Amino acid sequence: MKRVESELITNVEELLEDKKIGFFMGYENGSLPLRTSPCFVKEKEDVQRLVWNCFCTNNLSVYLVSLIPELPAGTKVGILCKGCDSRSLVNLIVEKQLKREDVLIMGISCSGMINIDKLTGNLDGGRILEVEENEEEVILKLDTGEQRFSRKDSLYESCKNCTHPTPSVYDILIRVGEHAPKSVCPDPMIAKFRQKERLERWQIFERELSRCVRCYACRNACPNCYCKECFAEQTKPRWFGLSNELSDVLFYHLVRILHQAGRCVDCGACVRACPEKVDLRLFTRMLVDEVKERFDYEPGLSPNDSHLLGVFSTDDTQEFMVEVD
Amino acid sequence: MKHESNERTSFDKSKSFEPKIVAFLCNWCSYAGADLAGVSRFQYPANIRIIKVPCSGRINPLYIVKALYNGVDGVLVSGCHPGDCHYISGNYFARRKFALVKKFLEYVGIESERVQFSWVSAAEGVRFAQIIDKLTNEIRKLGPLTYFRKGSTCKGDQT
Repeated sequence: MKRVESELITNVEELLEDKKIGFFMGYENGSLPLRTSPCFVKEKEDVQRLVWNCFCTNNLSVYLVSLIPELPAGTKVGILCKGCDSRSLVNLIVEKQLKREDVLIMGISCSGMINIDKLTGNLDGGRILEVEENEEEVILKLDTGEQRFSRKDSLYESCKNCTHPTPSVYDILIRVGEHAPKSVCPDPMIAKFRQKERLERWQIFERELSRCVRCYACRNACPNCYCKECFAEQTKPRWFGLSNELSDVLFYHLVRILHQAGRCVDCGACVRACPEKVDLRLFTRMLVDEVKERFDYEPGLSPNDSHLLGVFSTDDTQEFMVEVD
Repeated sequence: MKHESNERTSFDKSKSFEPKIVAFLCNWCSYAGADLAGVSRFQYPANIRIIKVPCSGRINPLYIVKALYNGVDGVLVSGCHPGDCHYISGNYFARRKFALVKKFLEYVGIESERVQFSWVSAAEGVRFAQIIDKLTNEIRKLGPLTYFRKGSTCKGDQT
């Protein structure tokens, strides 16, 4: 990891020095152990703050749509992108929210992010002093001793089922091992859920979302949710109530998830942002799989793609339509 | 509203339950098809409430969810046959959306019969009547949609 970090820092330093970018978005250590926070580097002396480890979870492309119009014209933004982040970014280009030339993508082939809860949930007390990681393990050094966690078992669900660990589009690529695209479709979790009875599916849907407090963190963390006025807050017309009643909560999520159809790259940002740990992926991932199966389309792979719902084929299947004899 | 829904859920669904169905019909075909069914005096159940839209491509999935939330038991969206769209391609775009909406609502546990899509041309009065007939029967069998509507306790349990 140290190699990656120094490669990253040298690259950013050079870019800033040559004035190829106005500033760089990466990660720095957070105020709590095992946490990172987004870091915006403008000056060369701040470059040393940048880090790369298995806790760099945020999808940084979420900032771009609101940030770029605020910058002086012609400023290029450098951004550190994992596989999923780059796909989000490319999807923004496809949706004409960004221009390719406004960003310099520093890609990093990612071996998956670690779910902190899986580590801290298994700690036998003690303060975390230091963290080390290698290909196989994450090692926490505590004041009471050392604890080792298997990397594979501690990954986020979205990372376990990641299809494109290496960025689809990049200007500079930092390699961490070999990560070829792989097909995980359908996601085993989704396939299992599909086999349940209708009523059970609805009950799980309700149970999962009944924990929602409507803080809209899922929406704010999602790079796809860039609407200036969200349907949830529209007043003319007001589509549904603002209450925490289950029907209102379900309405919000049904429509928000439907808005992700053909755009969601399954980065898992919504799940990580959720304070109540609602497993939104159980529903968003279904659309990802459905889109892949039905239209053989994966969003965010090329800036020259057309938006899934912005084009059509006369051969699209229509087996779901009502027929009468 | 609340009072009404309480009353309705207490109906014996096999005998006297009459579903409310919202039909979003394209101005250029299905709406005229419904009109034709009317002027030709074809009999079909009076359970549908028609909302005229300029094209099936005008339908936002939000409208479908909103209709269910507001208390209807089923939704039909009907437009021109592929190739016949007044705006050349609106129904082709719509077809992609419809596929995903239908599969997704089914996935989370809303009966697939409750949200339906069809193609009906202006000349197909008989077909329109048949579709409404089929839909109404299917939804009547399912009973009222009690688990996803404004203010409901949403317990997913219909009995």
